Amino acid sequence: MVKGLYDNRLNTNIAGLKMKTPITTASGTFGFGLEFTDFLDLEKVGAVTTKGTTLEPRAGNKGQRAVETPAGMLNCIGLENPGSDYFLKETLPELKKYKVPVIVNIAGSSPEEYGELAAKLDVKGVDALEINISCPNVKHGGIAFGTCPESAAEVVEQVKKNTSKVVITKLSPNVTSVTEMALAVEAAGTDAISLINTLIGVKIDIHRQKPVLGNITGGLSGPCVRPVAVKMCYDVAQVVKVPIIGMGGIMNAEDAIEFFLAGASAVAVGTANFVDPTIAETICHGILEYMDDHKIKKLSDMIGAALPEGKLPTK
Amino acid sequence: MAKKVVVEGKVIGQHVLNITTKQIDVKAPEIAQSAVPGQFVNVQVSKRNSPLLRRPFGIASVNKETGIITMIYRILGDGTKILRDVCSGDEISIVGPLGKGFDLKAKKPLIVGGGLGLAPLLSLAEGMEGKKADVLMGGRCEDDMFWTDYFAPISNNVYVTTDDGSMGIKGTVMAVLPKLLAANKYDCVYVCGPEPMMKAVAAECMKQKIKCQVSLEKYMACGLGACLSCSCEGIGERIKVCTDGPVFWAEEVGEW
Repeated sequence: MVKGLYDNRLNTNIAGLKMKTPITTASGTFGFGLEFTDFLDLEKVGAVTTKGTTLEPRAGNKGQRAVETPAGMLNCIGLENPGSDYFLKETLPELKKYKVPVIVNIAGSSPEEYGELAAKLDVKGVDALEINISCPNVKHGGIAFGTCPESAAEVVEQVKKNTSKVVITKLSPNVTSVTEMALAVEAAGTDAISLINTLIGVKIDIHRQKPVLGNITGGLSGPCVRPVAVKMCYDVAQVVKVPIIGMGGIMNAEDAIEFFLAGASAVAVGTANFVDPTIAETICHGILEYMDDHKIKKLSDMIGAALPEGKLPTK
Repeated sequence: MAKKVVVEGKVIGQHVLNITTKQIDVKAPEIAQSAVPGQFVNVQVSKRNSPLLRRPFGIASVNKETGIITMIYRILGDGTKILRDVCSGDEISIVGPLGKGFDLKAKKPLIVGGGLGLAPLLSLAEGMEGKKADVLMGGRCEDDMFWTDYFAPISNNVYVTTDDGSMGIKGTVMAVLPKLLAANKYDCVYVCGPEPMMKAVAAECMKQKIKCQVSLEKYMACGLGACLSCSCEGIGERIKVCTDGPVFWAEEVGEW
């Protein structure tokens, strides 16, 4: 372990959500956190972001749900989850045993349902809600709200009205203008923005002459999407005031640092959890090494340093 | 359940079994110590970003004394083509032991396997706690049946079927299974292989009222119960092949 790893150099703050390290876990890639306790110390992760949770249980999509692609993967899980009752009764009490902030990713079929779910999750042990308006794999809700600024704003307003927690809105890259979406959810009152969700893709099995995935389309993630994600972070950071959680193909500290320099106050590791289940904890070592090398005293000094008006503080 | 670990395992050696199949032995004492028959490991074949995901392989054999685990794999895609060229002394990252293994309580077990499905069944034959199982194995042709060398020394009777009749009885394992079940008092059948085969074996066991365990294979990314790629329909609940399985009682499976 690197000495001083968990000193306050890596502290970050997402609209009041205090994180000891700037690393959280991308929803859907880390279960509810409990699946990874053999591999890492959950308390050394900045925050755990859960699998997308809905009011009622969902079974997800049929057929093949994931396939590897060049430097990435497509998935079409379809928001399978045990539902909010199960989460509150079984999962949250277990998660509460760890001193780690919990961000619950929420999805619904209507703005009212998002509101109802937000109210239900306004309990001790939940620190923030991440509004999932960008799931590409479900027919109702999900991305339908994430591609229309007015619908997205309506969902954000419903959630804000029904919760005392920090509200993060997760944006889809599958839009004409991500900055337009960002401005819409900011105006509707979101406390923070996370981006990006997966990019829609298709993989064809040329021997069966059919799409591989049961859902035909899936969400693309992994290192192949990273430049797209960094670009969107870079663009959105220039137009909004709320903090950004950047994600998309982060495999190591260097990748995470790109997002900080592009304006993200924290990052999420996603697909990398499947490859290295310790990554959410160990990635901080490399960030600190970089800070030492570049004489950066605290994380906030490098947030946005690569933006047009940005730079590292002079020594 | 034993703690899952991620380790850099030193490759001890690889052996060619036939034109498309290899055996790899890796020193991974932490995994060898706690693995039980039927569990699997998730192997990172390359540190590069492509191919990105780990490859799940059933553990075929474990030597607790030397700390060596053995996997048998078919060279099929990008990942296994890289694994094929890994040399003795190289290190590969392995996550394991993963999943739930076989129930070992059977007094008179029958093992039924086809193709690479025989790999996890080998660890079962090895680990039956002193009991020797009968084994029924199917393959396409004699060249596929290197498995007899593995099973014969540690099993009771070994029955072979091949699609082309080049070895054993011509046909699939179903050409033999009904009679075998009727003639012996097996108290549990363990099956792993292609889905149609497992389905047929499970149906026959149900018909003859014999308990049956199946080891399923589904595409998976994490192997840890997080990605839900391998989630499928159970009876009245969702089941995850990686953590609820890969071994299930046949009657727990709602979707093949």
